[in-house]
Amino acid sequence: MQLHNRNRKIAGLVLGFVLLLIVNFLSLVLGYTDLTINTVIDAFNHFDGSNEHIIIQDVRLPRALIGTVVGASLAIAGALLQALTRNPLASPDILGFNAGASFFIVIALMLFSITSLQATTWIAFLGATIAGLLVYFLGSIGRDGMTPIKMTLSGAAIAALFGSLTQGLLVMDESALDQVLFWMSGSVQGRKLEILLSVLPYIVIGIIIALAMANKINILTMGDDVAKGLGQRTGFVKLTAGIAVILLAGGSVAIAGPIGFIGIVVPHVVRTFIGNDYRWIIPYCGILGGIFLVIADIGARYVLMPEEVPVGIMTALVGIPFFIYIARKGGKLA
Amino acid sequence: MHVLETKDLTLAYGDQIIIDHLNITIPYGEITVLIGSNGCGKSTLLRSMARLLKPQSGAILLDGETMMKLPTKDIAKKLAILPQGPVSPEGLTVLQLVKQGRYPYQKWYQQWSSKDEEIVQNALQSTGMAELSERLVDSLSGGQRQRAWIAMTLAQDTNTILLDEPTTYLDLTHQIEVLDLLFELNEKEKRTIVMVLHDLNLACRYAHHIIAVKDKTVFAHGKPEDIVNRKLVQNVFNLDCEVVADPVFGTPMCVPYGKGRNLNGVKDNIVPVHA
Repeated sequence: MQLHNRNRKIAGLVLGFVLLLIVNFLSLVLGYTDLTINTVIDAFNHFDGSNEHIIIQDVRLPRALIGTVVGASLAIAGALLQALTRNPLASPDILGFNAGASFFIVIALMLFSITSLQATTWIAFLGATIAGLLVYFLGSIGRDGMTPIKMTLSGAAIAALFGSLTQGLLVMDESALDQVLFWMSGSVQGRKLEILLSVLPYIVIGIIIALAMANKINILTMGDDVAKGLGQRTGFVKLTAGIAVILLAGGSVAIAGPIGFIGIVVPHVVRTFIGNDYRWIIPYCGILGGIFLVIADIGARYVLMPEEVPVGIMTALVGIPFFIYIARKGGKLA
Repeated sequence: MHVLETKDLTLAYGDQIIIDHLNITIPYGEITVLIGSNGCGKSTLLRSMARLLKPQSGAILLDGETMMKLPTKDIAKKLAILPQGPVSPEGLTVLQLVKQGRYPYQKWYQQWSSKDEEIVQNALQSTGMAELSERLVDSLSGGQRQRAWIAMTLAQDTNTILLDEPTTYLDLTHQIEVLDLLFELNEKEKRTIVMVLHDLNLACRYAHHIIAVKDKTVFAHGKPEDIVNRKLVQNVFNLDCEVVADPVFGTPMCVPYGKGRNLNGVKDNIVPVHA
């Protein structure tokens, strides 16, 4: 089922956007405190300071918006990484970007007591960059250069390394458990709107770069030699797209911690709908990624009611079977 | 007139020299075939002529200008390269693939013009891919797929086309199909074609000019009928053979010595003295 015609692709995008608005609205209504649609509307039109209105404005609204932005960023970052590495299993979590960003934030938090939003964001970028470079070098060692399987393995190794280092820090200081736990699984809950707003500019820049580079990425997916032969400066394209990945993945971690599997699931789903043109893949990933994470977050409220599960666990539940499916398909881009 | 020449060109992977201080020119408007044994550096030489590999020293001149100093998009308007065994992204149609050949001409404010469309249609026509333009590249036969890629290089609208082993992995029928197409493009459109081929007999049939690569340099170059003989094959391929005229085309044809069934019963000739 592919949308071939341009008008249908645009229609699909509009439909997706409407769906995104609907799930965002549902995210305001649904949860432990069941609210009605009217309460939600009132909370914005006639705010009366009641508990329900406060929940909507201070808890559920930031949560829905963060889910949208983080889902979009991770999905776009995954699509970019899959194109850059020509590896269908690539995504910011599998290649260690998320774990690297998390680890550096935890270090900054525990050892240097850095809590300012701007500093945290830049530390996340630094961590994502270091993890990315490590995976790149590890994955390129050997005669046959960078292969998808080596890259995935070194990504898994680096992700595990940073994950265990993060846990190791916990042993040093148990009192930090609450803070550190967040950076180990990822969640869109209990985060303030100001966190989102402080990181948003970087994410917007990342999305703009991704959209602007989409056509160049199409050329790059035909292989380095073909792209160079067509007159592309492939090094520049990879570097720029790599910066976009770091802004998107690092930014997402700074807001919500390391949330997995969106970066791999969403781009593959998108490709089955609209094919391999990154000029469409990028915007579709943005919208579908947002929808996916907001829905996962709504689900996270119901699984263990009245407790909530971290949304990263929800995305993993959906993502792992998918990951296995793609791996079994033999490493071809869907 | 020469479009492509190498000037004191040295190519290397790390410390390992592949081509050492080479000076050759590629004749304009002809088909040139690079031959040589496996690993002799003929593909490396071709890749460097397409700026895919940076020379360690020396230079490659395109229309008299040092290639590494030219903007890469400008080169892409004069010279196209089809690398060995290109892999198209899954789900790409022939038309979409061929359209990518217009990339060097696209600007951010003008993505697609009627001239682009015309050149793409022409490329599909002259490769015989027009009817297959909506098919997925993955679903094509080996020969058709290679023709689709050649159509993409044609869409680049360059005078010179380099091809790295365009017939590898193709069966004989498809090898002829691809070589006939390239021959026609040279005849009708006067394109300069440079390629690496493994099959010496096909090289002799289709090439106007042969460059034999050996020991980091060019062993011999010239018309196949002038340079391809027993001595050349012995030197370049380390193989003893008889070179006769192809009974149909009259071009040099190499019949290697070795074991195998011999219906002529000339036992003396089966395993001659090797060097």
